[in-house]
Amino acid sequence: MTTYILRRIFYAIPILIGVNLLTFTLFFVVNSADDIARMHLGNKHVKQTDIESWKASHGYDKPLLFNQNAAGINSITDTIFYQKSARLFVFDFGRSDLDRNIGQDIQTRMWPSLAIAAPTLLIGLATNITFALLLTFFRATRLDTAGVFLCVVLMSISGLFYIIGGQYLIGKIFQWVPISGYDSGTDALKFIILPVLIGVVSGIGSGARLYRTLFIEELGKDYIRMARAKGISELRVLFRHVLKNAMIPILTGIVVILPMLFMGSLLMESFFAIPGLGSYTIDAINDQDFATVRAMVFLGAVLYIIGLVLTDISYTFADPRVRLS
Amino acid sequence: MLRFVNLIIGCLLLAACENNAPLNNPYPQNTSVSNTLYSSFSERPKTLDPARSYSSNEYKFIAQIYEPPIQYHYLKRPYTLVPLSSSTMPLVEYLDAQGQLLPSDTPTKSIVQTRYTIEIQKGIQYQPHPAFAPLLTDLNNINVLMDFPEQSTRELTANDYVHQIKRLAHPTLHSPIYSIMGNYIEGLTELRTTLDALKDKTNIDLTQHTLEGAKTVSRYHYQITIKGKYPQFIYWLAMPFFAPMPPEADTFYNQPGMKEKNLTLDWYPIGTGPYYLTENNPNRRMVLQKNPNFHGETYPALSEHSNQALPFIDQVIYVLEKETIPIWNKFLQGYYDASVISSDNFDQAIQMGSTGETELTPIMMEKNIQLKTAVQTSISYMGFNMKDPIVGGYDASHRALRQAISIAIDYEEYIAIFNNGRGISAQGPIPPSIYGHLTGKEGLNKNVYNWENKPVRKHITAAKNLLATAGYPKGINPKTGKPLVLHFDVTGTGPENKARFSWYRKQLQKLNIQLDIRATDYNRFQEKMRKGNAQLFLWGWNADYPDPENFFFLLDGKNGKVAHQGENAANYNSPEFNTLFAAMKNMDNSPKRQAIITQMTTLVQQDAPWVWGYHPKSYTLHHNWLHNIKPNLMANNTLKYQRLDIAQRNQQRKAWNQPMVWPIAFVLLTLVIICVPAWQHYRRKEQQTAL
Repeated sequence: MTTYILRRIFYAIPILIGVNLLTFTLFFVVNSADDIARMHLGNKHVKQTDIESWKASHGYDKPLLFNQNAAGINSITDTIFYQKSARLFVFDFGRSDLDRNIGQDIQTRMWPSLAIAAPTLLIGLATNITFALLLTFFRATRLDTAGVFLCVVLMSISGLFYIIGGQYLIGKIFQWVPISGYDSGTDALKFIILPVLIGVVSGIGSGARLYRTLFIEELGKDYIRMARAKGISELRVLFRHVLKNAMIPILTGIVVILPMLFMGSLLMESFFAIPGLGSYTIDAINDQDFATVRAMVFLGAVLYIIGLVLTDISYTFADPRVRLS
Repeated sequence: MLRFVNLIIGCLLLAACENNAPLNNPYPQNTSVSNTLYSSFSERPKTLDPARSYSSNEYKFIAQIYEPPIQYHYLKRPYTLVPLSSSTMPLVEYLDAQGQLLPSDTPTKSIVQTRYTIEIQKGIQYQPHPAFAPLLTDLNNINVLMDFPEQSTRELTANDYVHQIKRLAHPTLHSPIYSIMGNYIEGLTELRTTLDALKDKTNIDLTQHTLEGAKTVSRYHYQITIKGKYPQFIYWLAMPFFAPMPPEADTFYNQPGMKEKNLTLDWYPIGTGPYYLTENNPNRRMVLQKNPNFHGETYPALSEHSNQALPFIDQVIYVLEKETIPIWNKFLQGYYDASVISSDNFDQAIQMGSTGETELTPIMMEKNIQLKTAVQTSISYMGFNMKDPIVGGYDASHRALRQAISIAIDYEEYIAIFNNGRGISAQGPIPPSIYGHLTGKEGLNKNVYNWENKPVRKHITAAKNLLATAGYPKGINPKTGKPLVLHFDVTGTGPENKARFSWYRKQLQKLNIQLDIRATDYNRFQEKMRKGNAQLFLWGWNADYPDPENFFFLLDGKNGKVAHQGENAANYNSPEFNTLFAAMKNMDNSPKRQAIITQMTTLVQQDAPWVWGYHPKSYTLHHNWLHNIKPNLMANNTLKYQRLDIAQRNQQRKAWNQPMVWPIAFVLLTLVIICVPAWQHYRRKEQQTAL
């Protein structure tokens, strides 16, 4: 397994270089270095000399990808791309164009995102699996039909509606929890309840339907018939045998997103005023802050690769027949 | 199951009764009952450094922390400057080439320099700050400013103001007013050149450099010398750019390791104002605390609260809220003390009275919510690129085309549709409450409106006649034989913008002119404007200071965007206007100045480089427990005047936020109802035989 992991890490390097190059190209197709400077200096009373001065002090006065005036390796290294990207590979995110330490900002902002995303995932997973197993248990009855209908209805509602409706009903009308906000430590609990509840409910429709399909597929297999023939109760069959054997496709969907959890959700964090990472990238794009954008895209790519590796590893635990080589 | 239901309900009620606080209270109970004002902000400030900050969302904070020498009187209108940290208003003296004093009535062209001598109040102390304490050698346990074990203060001196003026030339600070101030303050550009030549620009010790135009005369006196005469300079002295900055701040924040922990002057201000920043997390909340070292300032005269010590409020908590819906709902619950009205909530808050005036809806009145309105000192307009061969030009036919379009675009309708009536159509460039703005028939734009006891837009036939005069009868371009096509350069997409652009298209269809909407991103739009490639465009300006010069300079030829990178986006360049502007800008307010302003206004109304657009009107709501609210569109340091009635707030919050318990019982009961047939089915299935 160690060889496998090392090989995957090795494969990740060209992928990350490619992601960086793509981000760089896309960003500078839309924004020139002058545009970035203007965005940071504002519109009033700004002259071209101010723009040149800002570019020089922020390292945007160099050529983009290739420096014709430099000799040898410097023609590659003395460029905006190299200067802004190379240190990412040792996870030194540097300073943003607003002169903030990006690494420290990420460390500060990841925890509130995680505080929402982790319970949403865990509670949501437990709810979806339980609901799907119940639907499977009551399959081909009116309860199953009603349950599937409910899932379709829940799937058809947009995420924004859940948020606005949840805030209106539970925060404004029932007045059970604050409509929005966040606090540190245990005081955060009352702010987390509503977004987690909304996250769970909004995910039931698609999650439960998918899992129900997986479970029903398992139910038709021989080992289930054997278990029933042995007189095991239906609930035991479902929760002990069906669930365990349907774990591989469930893991595929879950483990890959685990490292991404602290990246946050833009909509949720925006409406609930959660100080997480969800809006960090969007704010950076709006501010034309290339340093932050490239750091966040790089981090996202790294986490995605980690998620894929973890998924592969998790297969070996869920199914002893799988071997990583 | 019933026992479980009872337990849940019991827990909720218990939680509701605990500390007597509503369940949905978003604040800790201890701050809820204290003298704390709650407000929100939607855009995180980029910098809180007074040399760099130049936007309203940043001034909201730093204007409460930093104190320039003078400020705007909170209550007086027209806007009047009064001393703040200075003991008197600056002494203004005119000098000749030899540095000799000139009489105050000396003609502008004879004045070589103007000298401002400012005496500051004695005994003003800075906020508690670690920059005034001995520097630490080990910063390992320091993450935020409050982690420093020792905080101290010192007396404000004149040297601190001079230091801040030098900072405007600092090569890595990129002060937005460096270029404009470089034109006026003696030696500022020379200082910049000197600093630019230094090898290490990040750790510059400004105390080692002198600035000819800013000198300390004594511990409590300093002088600023500017080139020529620039009467508007006094208004700049009321902005945070000219607030004092102790040199200790540079030494403190330049320590190794501070920047890596995001401990910078951008983030942690150091001022003498009524408040100081105790928590800066612009991703969540900003907290201002009453400055224990604040010098005595009293509520201004003209009010029942005159001579009461400021500030009234002990703490202000600003919470980041990116969406308008939560702000509005929390305001209605009493968790924000004041709120602006977004378009989404306008109908809930405001209704039209029987005589057409705006008034609060019964729901707002039931909660005793108060409404404050004010016409903003800004203008939003549609500009013509005067360098364009079709819409530009200064001859009668081109002028007629622009006038025709000005009549056709019905901004009264625009304000009603897109701004919920929040605005007044503009007659010229100067907004109300700025010197030079004329009201009633006197201020009427006769090229677009008729006077019928109020301005009434001319009939569209007048526009059609003008269009024919311009050489486009019935909107037909004689060169092509087809309707005239004009290009409208805009930014922004989305349904709301699309509706706006369609509206503009319909306005020109009245003249059979086809409007080609050229939507692009912000950067490309700015580029078009800089290169003069736009034809029609939307633009706006918010007053820096209450002087007509700050609006007329937007039409001054020397300030053209294409030729001089200035703010004259229309590239209007009328020699007659330029001459009048040069004469007007350095004059003190007088009947003579008013006459020139009227002449300039009439001239630009005729030339019509802008479709004058509208002056937006701000609507602000506040609860009746928040007092001393008076819209002041020039001052940003108004927090210190506001007052809270905490007992009333707590009482009303409690009354408005009683949790509803029955929905829990309802949900649980529904679950029980579902569970019964499920249980029956389960039992049946478990008991059934295989065959």
